[in-house]
Amino acid sequence: MHPVRKQRLYIVLFIALFSSAAIGLVVYALRGNINLFYPPADVVAGLAPVGQPIRVGGMVLEDSLQRAENSLAIRFKLTDYQEAVEVVYVGILPDLFAEGQGAVASGVLNDEGVLEATEILAKHDENYMPPEVIHALENSGYDQEGNAK
Amino acid sequence: MIPEIGHFALILALCLSLILASVPAWGAWRGNSGAMALAPSLAVGLLVFVAISFGCLATAFLQDDFSVQLVASHSNTLLPPIYKFSAVWGNHEGSLVLWALILAFWTAAVALFSSQLPLLVLSRVLSVMGAISVGFLSFSLITSNPFTRILPGAPADGADLNPLLQDPGLIIHPPLLYMGYVGFSVAFAFAIAALLGGRLDASWARWSRPWTNIAWGFLSLGIMLGSWWAYYELGWGGWWFWDPVENASFMPWLAGTALVHSLAATEKRGLFKSWTVLLAIFAFSLSLLGTFLVRSGVLTSVHAFATDPERGMFILVFLAIVVGGSLTLYAVRAPAVSSRVSFAWVSRESLLLCNNVVFLVAALTVLFGTLFPLIVDALGMGKVSVGPPYFNAVFVPLMALLVPVMGMGPISRWKRDSVTRWRGELLIPTVVAVLCAVTFPLLHAPYNIWVALAVLLSSWLLIGLVKDFWQRLRSASSTANGLRRLTPSYCGMLIAHLGFAACVIGIVATSQYSVEHDLKMHPGDTREMAGYEFRFIEVEHVEGPNFVADEARFDVTRDGVWVASMNPQKRRYLASGSVMTEAAIDAGLFRDLYVAMGEPVGNDGAWAMRLHYKPMVRWMWLGAILMAVGAFTAAADKRYRRQRATVSASSEAALHGA
Repeated sequence: MHPVRKQRLYIVLFIALFSSAAIGLVVYALRGNINLFYPPADVVAGLAPVGQPIRVGGMVLEDSLQRAENSLAIRFKLTDYQEAVEVVYVGILPDLFAEGQGAVASGVLNDEGVLEATEILAKHDENYMPPEVIHALENSGYDQEGNAK
Repeated sequence: MIPEIGHFALILALCLSLILASVPAWGAWRGNSGAMALAPSLAVGLLVFVAISFGCLATAFLQDDFSVQLVASHSNTLLPPIYKFSAVWGNHEGSLVLWALILAFWTAAVALFSSQLPLLVLSRVLSVMGAISVGFLSFSLITSNPFTRILPGAPADGADLNPLLQDPGLIIHPPLLYMGYVGFSVAFAFAIAALLGGRLDASWARWSRPWTNIAWGFLSLGIMLGSWWAYYELGWGGWWFWDPVENASFMPWLAGTALVHSLAATEKRGLFKSWTVLLAIFAFSLSLLGTFLVRSGVLTSVHAFATDPERGMFILVFLAIVVGGSLTLYAVRAPAVSSRVSFAWVSRESLLLCNNVVFLVAALTVLFGTLFPLIVDALGMGKVSVGPPYFNAVFVPLMALLVPVMGMGPISRWKRDSVTRWRGELLIPTVVAVLCAVTFPLLHAPYNIWVALAVLLSSWLLIGLVKDFWQRLRSASSTANGLRRLTPSYCGMLIAHLGFAACVIGIVATSQYSVEHDLKMHPGDTREMAGYEFRFIEVEHVEGPNFVADEARFDVTRDGVWVASMNPQKRRYLASGSVMTEAAIDAGLFRDLYVAMGEPVGNDGAWAMRLHYKPMVRWMWLGAILMAVGAFTAAADKRYRRQRATVSASSEAALHGA
């Protein structure tokens, strides 16, 4: 074989080997690290897996926010106006988190159906709503104020 | 009146870009030098009209012209003037005008600083850039006109700029980032011109190399500023979130890094030609993809503005035309430009090849992680998100593979090196690196294997560079002579690689040694963290130009010695009513102290507080600055200017001969 061609063949082989190793790494990393999104109705219906990282999004139910006395633990409910999921979280909430506003919580569902959140995302400006929340509300047939459409 | 002038100028700019995209390209095709010679003046004209348009938009913002819808929804009379100006690009429509302005700026720069480039090549390059301008200007005019008026019934005051964007970092972050993004269009245009002409030689690489370096430097600075802004402005103390839009800027950077290195091999040895062209296409396509991801609102991200689907569709079609068109052209023409040069396995070439493979694979894995949620959603398999653990798990090993190769690159020779020489050259760096890796982490108990690995890799890199530098000086007759003989290219490489080492150290140290506490604190409380005592004194009410704030007063001491007083704020902006956290940071080369306020807890004056101790976090931003400085230094090499004159003479001769 022509030496240049031979070298090219080796280069292609090297790239192929390296890429397959990378793909293996990608698949391995993806296995434990993708979080599926569930609307509250699905969680209550038992469609969400227990003990796996998931995300739940909806509106923060009015008057559902409770704080612990001596720590930063909080408890609130996320709703799509059909069902509501209880969320517990320890830490500081984002600035735009408020009752009656959209939020997405990621964490793990425990045996009692309470989401133990490790991260809370709220909208980041006045006009923006996380697409997942919009989607969840569309499926439940309510608008953002909780009126049936 | 002024907004109408701006609108008119933008339309004129679109017309000019249409002419630029067609006439010189036709001239290049038919060999009409009159048509080709129009290109530079058209490029300058394009810049003038886009600049007028941008100036008018900025004037509308500065004069509080709330009859312009964009101003009404993104500015406010209370806004300080500098933020009124930066509000121009703090929204979708205005940022597109900025994009068009910077593209016109690059186009004009190519036109003005490439007088020695053969006219044929120059006209093709400028035509391609004109075509990109057509895309963006029509996108701006058709789907997102920034000059839309609300008449009658203009509001008395505007809705205010998102408070997160009212910040010095955001004044310069978008322009720098766009300089980088859009700068890759120059490399792209050169690649397309080369494919069209079917000629791709060392001079081609020499022409496009400085432009690519500069664009890459700006992109590095832009990404670094974004990270720094997120760190102090979002109030979480994080500096990289693998947010889709961060990835959108990071992917072109990765592809651009591969491009910068592969251009070196193409210029010096005439190798990897068609590969380099492909990388140039990738880098710019990823920039466009980034724009699509940011502007279409398909992803949940802090950067997504509220958008409508028409815009997403437009840019998706544009992306398809650019990527599809250039890849088709590549498929047809690449065989004409491929190289027939061989190199030994033990050589600098094969190390550069490793660099390219690693960076491209890194870019693809990031691309995959970013697009995976979209693919799954499009297939109707649910809504997923791919979090930071995925990216860390994939990205960190790739970079760890890269550094050993990187330490060998600068000391190895082109074409053919020998294993014995490598062994001799690398013995000292290896021994010293291992020693450093064993000793340095001991300074900070407990011993941390990841930090040890980072120290091993970066000291290996560092000592290799220092040793090479030292040898170059020593081989000269005197130190002064040796310094004089160092080319800017070499210095640039040295600085950029040092920057990379600093980045590695900073990222690993801050990820491994950071201490973070979220606490409930009463005024008067003292908390100890990482050897520092944080005393929460009180909360005061303060007023800014367009906000009111609760300001916490902290005194920080270490072993009884005063270190800093820190005053984080919780701001409420008057116009929009939105609340924002302003973190207090005591910055240092070896550690940052970071305090941010959460919310009031209970009724007895207690607050949720976030206290962070972040060692060496500055190193990664310093590293990014060094990388950019290195890129600019390398681009300043005289060789790019001097040799251009001689090469252009010969290409001109070749042109006339043909």
